[in-house]
Amino acid sequence: MNPEETVIKTANLTKQFGDFVAVNHISFEVYQGEIFGFLGANGAGKTTAMRMLCGLSIPSSGNATIAGFDVYRQTEQIKRQIGYMSQKFSLYEDLTVKENIHFFGGIYGLDNRELKTKSDALIAQLGLQSEAKKLVRELPLGWKQKLAFSVSVLHRPKIVFLDEPTGGVDPVTRRQFWTLIYEAASNGITVFVTTHYMDEAEYCNRVSIMVDGSIEALGTPQQLKTQLNEATMDGVFYQLARGAKREA
Amino acid sequence: MIAVNHISKTYNGGAVKAVNDVSFTVDQGELFGLIGPDGAGKSSIFRMLTTLLLPDSGTATVNGYNIVTNYQQIRSSVGYMPGRFSLYQDLSIEENLHFFATLFNTTVEENYHLIADIYVQIAPFKKRRAGKLSGGMKQKLALCCALIHKPTVLFLDEPTTGVDPVSRKEFWEVLGRLKRQGITIVVSTPYMDEASLCDRIALIQQGKILSVDTPQRIVAAYPDQLYAVKATDMLRLVQILPAFRPPVNSYLFGEYIHVDALGIDGDALRGDLVRFLAAEGFKGIEVVPISPTIEDCFIKMLTS
Repeated sequence: MNPEETVIKTANLTKQFGDFVAVNHISFEVYQGEIFGFLGANGAGKTTAMRMLCGLSIPSSGNATIAGFDVYRQTEQIKRQIGYMSQKFSLYEDLTVKENIHFFGGIYGLDNRELKTKSDALIAQLGLQSEAKKLVRELPLGWKQKLAFSVSVLHRPKIVFLDEPTGGVDPVTRRQFWTLIYEAASNGITVFVTTHYMDEAEYCNRVSIMVDGSIEALGTPQQLKTQLNEATMDGVFYQLARGAKREA
Repeated sequence: MIAVNHISKTYNGGAVKAVNDVSFTVDQGELFGLIGPDGAGKSSIFRMLTTLLLPDSGTATVNGYNIVTNYQQIRSSVGYMPGRFSLYQDLSIEENLHFFATLFNTTVEENYHLIADIYVQIAPFKKRRAGKLSGGMKQKLALCCALIHKPTVLFLDEPTTGVDPVSRKEFWEVLGRLKRQGITIVVSTPYMDEASLCDRIALIQQGKILSVDTPQRIVAAYPDQLYAVKATDMLRLVQILPAFRPPVNSYLFGEYIHVDALGIDGDALRGDLVRFLAAEGFKGIEVVPISPTIEDCFIKMLTS
């Protein structure tokens, strides 16, 4: 992690739908190569916040820059600097492993020569040689998720956004997935991740916890445990989120 | 209450073995958990027990009724909440509930006591269409609809997947209350920490049952000594532990790394591990013997 370089910077970022303030004046910074855990209860506003950070939703007020680009005016540049994967949408089930790599690599702007070398390297790295021509649908969930993550960082983005990437994955694969996250971070890619597994909060450099649209706590896991006098991140989360008024 | 004997289910003409020779029983009034990741075969088991899917081989009974020949009796006596929200999106909360009560020849009033403490939380929105509800409210409505005909057995397929820890805890409190009302509950979950809230659990992976027992006995049967290890540089720690000899199994577990002694004498290992890490230059070394969790047991079964 390089705390000298800020890659995400928000100041009073807010999103309102009619009377409903989904995201309420959130301010925080994320550093280059950091693994930043973005936690919160269902309905706390995480997805809305993430959509603004990815350039998919224009804020109602406040400011944010992503890799130096403005979330109001430079959304197309932002999209070129980031990768994204979620548990719900990752790859096309009815394309093969190789076709998915080529499709997403192409979308992310890699040329044919880069696609060829990078896709071969990726398939070898994940040990998927014998599966390269199989439909993604036929892969076990854990492999799909590992492949989806690798595809999302194929173009070496500045930041990768992961929305509950390990939901439903078995405990061994879940840990292998985190090894990939660590590798990406040590290569300088900033990882912005949401999860409902509190043990995974411990693997982050810093975490924030959102309650009813606001960031109620932000710090290293150790700082948050000390600050709230809890032994575990589970306790920290429970103490903060049980006060939520909003219906999940 | 439920008896499953060697049932198997394959898809794509036998290419995918979703459920592979699975047997277990569930007693009257029990809260029974099917614990395993996505793709383990949990939903296929649910769909066979609720008569929505025929097994390729094997037999099963629910409430004494055979899942193939007595499917009508099973359908009228069980409640089923599928993993995917399956109510009518364009009916309101109230209308969905009345619809399901009517289907089962009963009324909302007759069994209201079963759903009262869940329904009061969504009642303020009872005119709202189901499709417009938040995830948490949909889940509560689905549970009400699965309960409104007073089922003898309640099947809940991953009711807490994607749900935050606070809401998950509340949901399990609701299940505890239903159990005290005498309803037998079969629930599946990918969250290992929920296993300890069940009376008995089956650990499932790739269509096979790895173990069926009470959570306490599964933990007690863990064959090796387990340690929680911590030092200042956790990332380097997890990378270096595979170099320790004799080999141990080590993996991240929250703020600690768990180290399984793999049959080595526990006390000797502790000292050796501390010396090894000190020699590697680690500071703030902690090596504490611990009792395994269900997640440790699952990892052990997957890796051995």
